[in-house]
Amino acid sequence: MARLISEINKAALNRELFRRITREKVNQDIGPERTTWQNLKAVFLSNKAALCCLIILVIIIIASLCAPLSPYDPDEMDLVNKMAAPSAEHILGTDEMGRDELTRVLYGGRVSLLVGVLSMLVSVIVGVFLGTVSGYCGGKTDVILMRIVDMFQSVPSLLLIIVIYSIVPPTMTTLVFMLAMFSWPSVARIVRAQTLTVKERDYVLAAKTLGVSHHIIIIKHIIPNMTSQIIVAASLAIANAILDESTLSFLGYGVQLPKSSWGSMLQGAQQWMLYDPLLALVPGIFILLTVLCFNIIGDALQQALDPKLN
Amino acid sequence: MKSFVFKRTVQMIFVLFLVSVFSFGIIHFSPGDPLAMYKQPGMHKMTVEQEEALKEELGLNGTVTDQYIGWAKKTLNGDLGTSISNRLPVKDQIFERIPATAGLMAASLVISIVCAVPLGLIAGMYNNKWQDNLISTFTYFGISIPAFWFGIVLIILFSLKLNILPSGGMRTIGVDSTWDLIKHGILPALVLSVNNTAVFVRYIRANTITQMKEEYVMTAKSKGASGTGILFYHVLKNCMLPVITLVGSRFGMFITGSFVVESVFSWPGIGQLGMSAVNNRDYPMIMGITMLSCIALLLGNFLADILYGFADPRIKQGKE
Repeated sequence: MARLISEINKAALNRELFRRITREKVNQDIGPERTTWQNLKAVFLSNKAALCCLIILVIIIIASLCAPLSPYDPDEMDLVNKMAAPSAEHILGTDEMGRDELTRVLYGGRVSLLVGVLSMLVSVIVGVFLGTVSGYCGGKTDVILMRIVDMFQSVPSLLLIIVIYSIVPPTMTTLVFMLAMFSWPSVARIVRAQTLTVKERDYVLAAKTLGVSHHIIIIKHIIPNMTSQIIVAASLAIANAILDESTLSFLGYGVQLPKSSWGSMLQGAQQWMLYDPLLALVPGIFILLTVLCFNIIGDALQQALDPKLN
Repeated sequence: MKSFVFKRTVQMIFVLFLVSVFSFGIIHFSPGDPLAMYKQPGMHKMTVEQEEALKEELGLNGTVTDQYIGWAKKTLNGDLGTSISNRLPVKDQIFERIPATAGLMAASLVISIVCAVPLGLIAGMYNNKWQDNLISTFTYFGISIPAFWFGIVLIILFSLKLNILPSGGMRTIGVDSTWDLIKHGILPALVLSVNNTAVFVRYIRANTITQMKEEYVMTAKSKGASGTGILFYHVLKNCMLPVITLVGSRFGMFITGSFVVESVFSWPGIGQLGMSAVNNRDYPMIMGITMLSCIALLLGNFLADILYGFADPRIKQGKE
């Protein structure tokens, strides 16, 4: 007799058992519908390269955050010790004004990473907002927004940033917005495409039938169901922002003195490369490593989302 | 096809119009006197009449709207105005610089394609084997490396340490040989091509992987064709046409890239002209270069889309 009572029926008899069954069901891995967190974990556990990159990034970020712990002041000049070779005192040597190179690179990292992260945030917020609106509303709104996206993607962005930047007050805020201005369109494109598929799902239909308002549907049902895609876009956006910021700063249109980023350090180091190549190499290696890691992680996540890509 | 060309042309003109209004506005609403360089202390003081005449000549009279309309009229007639800094026609100065930039871009395009095609094919054929992993790692470096820094590294290596290549400029003064030009151009062209090579390789690799799964490859295999034969005879053909169109859509990268590269290697091209124009607030020059880059970029994208239709007749342009 006991055998005849199925698992579910038994559970129905007993509250505690029923709870356990639902809990077990949650733990079961049912196809692709995993949470974003599980997705991320699975990617980093299966992809060694991505895991390595994550570790390197965490190290760079923590080191930059801990820059004030360095015994040296990044701006203190010490002309007696200028352009010193690496030693126990100065691990990466000193620059043309005798400032400790390692300390300066770490402080530069704070600026570069901050600009990268902030402009990513702005472009993701704008991109997600306009992308979902465009995809969800469709019709005229969609056409107009997508034409704007096309326009932003079909102008030489670096040139326009330089033109604008030589005119507006050169602060960090304007730099962040400028970088975001030309990077939100690609986020919006990805988000729009994803919105188009998500909005056809049954739960969105169900929500609509229940009379849930549009903005609640977008916030509660559409955006949470594309977090993974947004994370991919964000990762690639940070990589591009850091790269563009370093290029602008190198050309003299980015981060201004007294602040210095990796790019502006290179601008200064360019004239000394004959005497001290290390000055020109170190900040560049940091840019390369950071951008590389964000790119690899972004790609690994994308491949996990869409195995067809590989 | 006709309606597609028409639609795209209208769209391009509209984008150009918006960009011109936007840049004109932002340049002209900025604080600062464009004639500041004529009024530096110690210079001969201009009379009011002289200043008026100069403003008239440079198109700086009237409201911003008037100035824009004046500029647009002249531009449509093929006259880009007079440079503020040296009072020579903008158009002539730009055209004088085009060969340097265009040559650099062409050279780097050739390098990109010559490197990318074999690498992409190999990576695609040995999908997920060590060859692929190695090439893919290089492509990651290619898309992540800051071009200007790569330029600096190459200068340190080849010019300062090995001392075999010049570190900048386009010609050695007094020497007028092609070999000299090549020696000066090879590093800038290399730097400009890195990013594009990486993007091309990834594209060709992905394409090769899809193509290798196609039925015609299976047929050729079952008929006894060799692996490399299939790769070079069938797959390459099917991969190449989309690559040609990719070049068009990467035009923007070439243009902004050449700005950076020219600045690192003091290459006397349009990018350098643009940078000095921005520094000198030479409005007509900035406008001229912005519009020219924009036109080049839009035309590149446009040609890419048209070629796409030719490369793959299954895609009919203008029909959605």
